Amino acid sequence: MSGHSTYQPTNRALIWLEKRLPIGGLIHSSFIAYPTPRNLNYWWTFGGILSFMLGVQIITGIILAMHYTPHIDLAFKSVETIMRDVNFGWLLRYLHANGAAMFFLAVYIHMFRGMYYGSYKEPREVLWILGVILYLLMMATGFMGYVLVWGQMSFWAATVITNLFSAIPVVGDTIVTWLWGGYAVGNPTLNRFYSLHYLLPFVIAGVVVLHVWALHVAGQNNPTGIEPKSDKDTVPFTPYATVKDGFLIVCFCLVYAWFVFYIPNYLGHPDNYIPANPAVTPAEIVPEWYYLPFYAILRSIPNKLLGVIALFSSIGILAFLPWLDTSKVRSARYRPLYRQFFWLFVIAAVGLGWLGSKPPEGIYVILARVFTFYYFAFFLIVLPLLGIFEKTKPLPNSISESVLGAKA
Amino acid sequence: MTTVSSAEQHTRRDFLYIATGAVGAVGAAAVLVPLITQMNPDASTIAAGAPVEIDLAPIAEGQIVKVFWRSKPIFIFHRTAKEIAEAKDVPVASLPDPQPDSERVKQGHEQWLVVIGICTHLGCIPLAHQGEYDGWFCPCHGSQYDTAGRIRKGPAPKNLFLPPYAFISDTKIRIG
Repeated sequence: MSGHSTYQPTNRALIWLEKRLPIGGLIHSSFIAYPTPRNLNYWWTFGGILSFMLGVQIITGIILAMHYTPHIDLAFKSVETIMRDVNFGWLLRYLHANGAAMFFLAVYIHMFRGMYYGSYKEPREVLWILGVILYLLMMATGFMGYVLVWGQMSFWAATVITNLFSAIPVVGDTIVTWLWGGYAVGNPTLNRFYSLHYLLPFVIAGVVVLHVWALHVAGQNNPTGIEPKSDKDTVPFTPYATVKDGFLIVCFCLVYAWFVFYIPNYLGHPDNYIPANPAVTPAEIVPEWYYLPFYAILRSIPNKLLGVIALFSSIGILAFLPWLDTSKVRSARYRPLYRQFFWLFVIAAVGLGWLGSKPPEGIYVILARVFTFYYFAFFLIVLPLLGIFEKTKPLPNSISESVLGAKA
Repeated sequence: MTTVSSAEQHTRRDFLYIATGAVGAVGAAAVLVPLITQMNPDASTIAAGAPVEIDLAPIAEGQIVKVFWRSKPIFIFHRTAKEIAEAKDVPVASLPDPQPDSERVKQGHEQWLVVIGICTHLGCIPLAHQGEYDGWFCPCHGSQYDTAGRIRKGPAPKNLFLPPYAFISDTKIRIG
């Protein structure tokens, strides 16, 4: 990542522009000539998929905003108008709602990839932390978007999540009233959520620019975890990574389209098709699936304040991952013990998700507490100790050697 | 596959590139269709623009009534004999937008003038029974219309437009 750009435009107009605003050179060096490790597997395409989904959500969201009314008396009806009257409104709504789910699916795969291959390790700590920030922004955006529908789940999710802040001692209730703009979730809340829901995706886009910048400074990680040593270890981003990303985006869109066209309401909750009623709480309040693991963690702690702290720490602890993991070896390919703990972590995370959808009683509570304990133990106990005690496998000499064999 | 010159052979890769690009272009166009057509009037707007039936019986001679159809104001003018004569006597060729009165009313119902009440200049609603021609006067830029809704003076280029309408009985019209 240095030295003169290899960008040599031949078109006179492009040469003229390049002297004044070198955007052609920037695109060329970032996405065309950019040296990419030659051994990247398909788990590396999810960054591109996430960028694609951000674009989809922004475009469908802006269009939906042309037809939506952010007032408690009109919001639910405006969503139904979109579904029934607006040309292709049903498609835009289902694309946006299922798009959010696909966005989170991709981000979890992307994060698990980072954890498995040690992409958070030196010198990519800031890259990882920017990712955690992006994840938090996504969660806030998704939550507020869900509230906008103003169904029963929207209203009661808004009530529950904003009430979390009442756990803060001394100033908690003041903060909650401030968030609500009233004495309960109501029209002021809906209006400000609409404004922020429109704003945050563009904040996400800005942080994505920082994220890609941080990535390009350090260069991509790769499945071996060892840095490229020569030109033999890398290939130009275009056409190799471009086409690989493009291919998996198409496959991802197949899954996306399956949901949108065949089972568009499968991931949602039927109670959100009931208009919000501040006087009646549904029998079970459940967030969308992508928040379920954290919901399970929250409910597994019997104390209100400690539960809230556990909830926020379970996300915040991710930011410390580069320092909690003491191993000098990056990739789990060469860390047999870490690999086993990692997969247990995946099972715990997915298990917590499943448990979050269950009522908090009996065996579900016990399991949730076990998984929550493992979740935190993984970060606070396992990772620091593994770096000291694990016997890692020998690393290959170079990337090209790992791909082509010793003949490279 | 296709023609081959000795200098360059079309390879399978070329075919794949072109085929993928073509399918991609079709896909991109297909994606654009809903994104653009969603801004067209939706089903409820179109339904609200259905034809309206107006009862003419309560409209007195000389009276001009304003109704709305598809969000546009419609003037319904019950013309007196004097007003009809004024409209017919004008030499058509001298008009800025030549049109005989007979083309602006329905045969057998000459006393009824039904026009869209939007000034053809820049869209204001002209004021009834004003101006030198016993028709309408537009306060925005001074256009004047006669008893047949034709432009006589002022910057408007065209006569007041006629909406689609029909008599379903002697005292009822359907606009739209």
